[in-house]
Amino acid sequence: MADAGLTYGYFPGCSQKGSAREYEMSLLKVAGKLGIDLKEIDDWSCCGATSAHATNHRLANALAMRNMLLAEQQGLETLVAPCAACFNRLITTKAECRNHPESKKDVEELLSASVSNTTSILNVIDLFDKASNGLIGSGRVRDMKGLKAACYYGCLLVRPPELIDTDDSEQPDSMERIVKATGADVVEWNYRTECCGAAHSISRRDIVVDLSKRIIDDALMHGANVIIVACPMCHTNLDMRQRVMRRMYPSHKEIPVLYLTELIGLSLGFTESELGIDLHYIRFNMPNEIMNQTAQA
Amino acid sequence: MKNSFRNGFHVLQPGFGPAAPAKTASDEVYPNAAHSYIAKEVAAKTFQDVNLCYQCGKCSAGCPVRDYMADSPNKVVRFVQLGLEQAALNSTTPWLCAGCLTCSTRCPNDFNLAKFMDAVREISIEKGVKTKEKEISSFHEAFLRQVRLFGRSYEAGLVADYKLNTLRLLQDVDSAPGMILKGKLSVLPHKVKDRKTIKNIFGKTTHKKKRNG
Ligand code: SF4
Ligand code: SF4
Repeated sequence: MADAGLTYGYFPGCSQKGSAREYEMSLLKVAGKLGIDLKEIDDWSCCGATSAHATNHRLANALAMRNMLLAEQQGLETLVAPCAACFNRLITTKAECRNHPESKKDVEELLSASVSNTTSILNVIDLFDKASNGLIGSGRVRDMKGLKAACYYGCLLVRPPELIDTDDSEQPDSMERIVKATGADVVEWNYRTECCGAAHSISRRDIVVDLSKRIIDDALMHGANVIIVACPMCHTNLDMRQRVMRRMYPSHKEIPVLYLTELIGLSLGFTESELGIDLHYIRFNMPNEIMNQTAQA
Repeated sequence: MKNSFRNGFHVLQPGFGPAAPAKTASDEVYPNAAHSYIAKEVAAKTFQDVNLCYQCGKCSAGCPVRDYMADSPNKVVRFVQLGLEQAALNSTTPWLCAGCLTCSTRCPNDFNLAKFMDAVREISIEKGVKTKEKEISSFHEAFLRQVRLFGRSYEAGLVADYKLNTLRLLQDVDSAPGMILKGKLSVLPHKVKDRKTIKNIFGKTTHKKKRNG
């Protein structure tokens, strides 16, 4: 199964070392099992996230480019960025420097180095859908049937369309393809690419709770029993913020939120604690069909 | 700008339509937008002409945060088109914008409104305009202070810094201890080795706050 030659650079991003550490745990476990070698960039730094591009456009470009420059220097041609926001920052800076020589020059001055700006950037959906297509099916030891998954893309994995290699920015289906490869069912629902409020999570929690509640309620209304995400901000807003929802709306019905990599990890036979699923706020209970299957195996 | 007045489409041809009305007081209020300071600044930062927007309102119709904004997103574009600098820089809409790119994806004339919002926000900082959405601006400042110090965002430090600066000491206290117990908030920051480069980047890009003159 381990295909030789699947080596990628890895840009973890800050959240994956803290509040989203289960995202990194599950990504590394799954990649290891599928024979994908992820080499962490040595001395990577924050991409600047929302706060840099929202307030200082030159700073944002330089912070993002520093990591792509390190990748170049360390011989990593392709970078996997699991956080949707990091991913978006990297591709945006890369495109701006490609389209506007003056921006590239400015960034090079700020970094005191010249950049070739050729690093390819993959998000987790790209990694499993395109780069390692077919691996999940062949490595599957557990059929995830019984799960009715609402695939939530949010904003930054599908937009802007000119920079993203997606089937359709409004109606994508790449995540659904991956989820189906684990044996889980997918539900059709309306809020797959609606925003959860993202970086306003702390400063305008009221907005984030409203937006995230709408997303969760729509998933439930369409029969989902789990929401799948591929972004640490989406996860915080949809999982952790359900505590507030519970307080504000006594009738709130809870739904667990899994990272895409955790779902893949379960289908490859890892346990919940190996994947960090026990670190979530809303408990995930495996459906009986899957549990029985494991017992027989 | 490269894209403006494509095919002459954005300008009425001479002799077309009724005769130009006599100059009125509103000509003073609405100075020629394309030449206003704010329109030029926005264009320089975003590489796009603000007159690409023809005010159809599709962006605002799909904006997830529209309900919380006093000015709709396309109204802020209109302010800039009309050269109404103060109205644009004092609007809280750019601060409330979550940068979700829904508007930029859907605009029928390819105007990147999310990028426009970034530019207006940045210009207001450069001009020292204090936004009423203080929590949002304080959060961004606290976040970037962590990155400047350590090269990475350090969540525990960020939360502490933000709370001290906004005096929202009690909000979220229920989630922080739980996060530390689960190992989700690391107690110590991860520091980047080459902090010199990071410091340099910040040093060369930080806005020197000029007062609004
Ligand atoms: S969708 Fe585009 S053209 Fe229409 S109002 Fe918004 S920015 Fe302007
Ligand atoms: S990017 Fe901002 S203005 Fe545009 S739709 Fe999203 S929140 Fe609204």
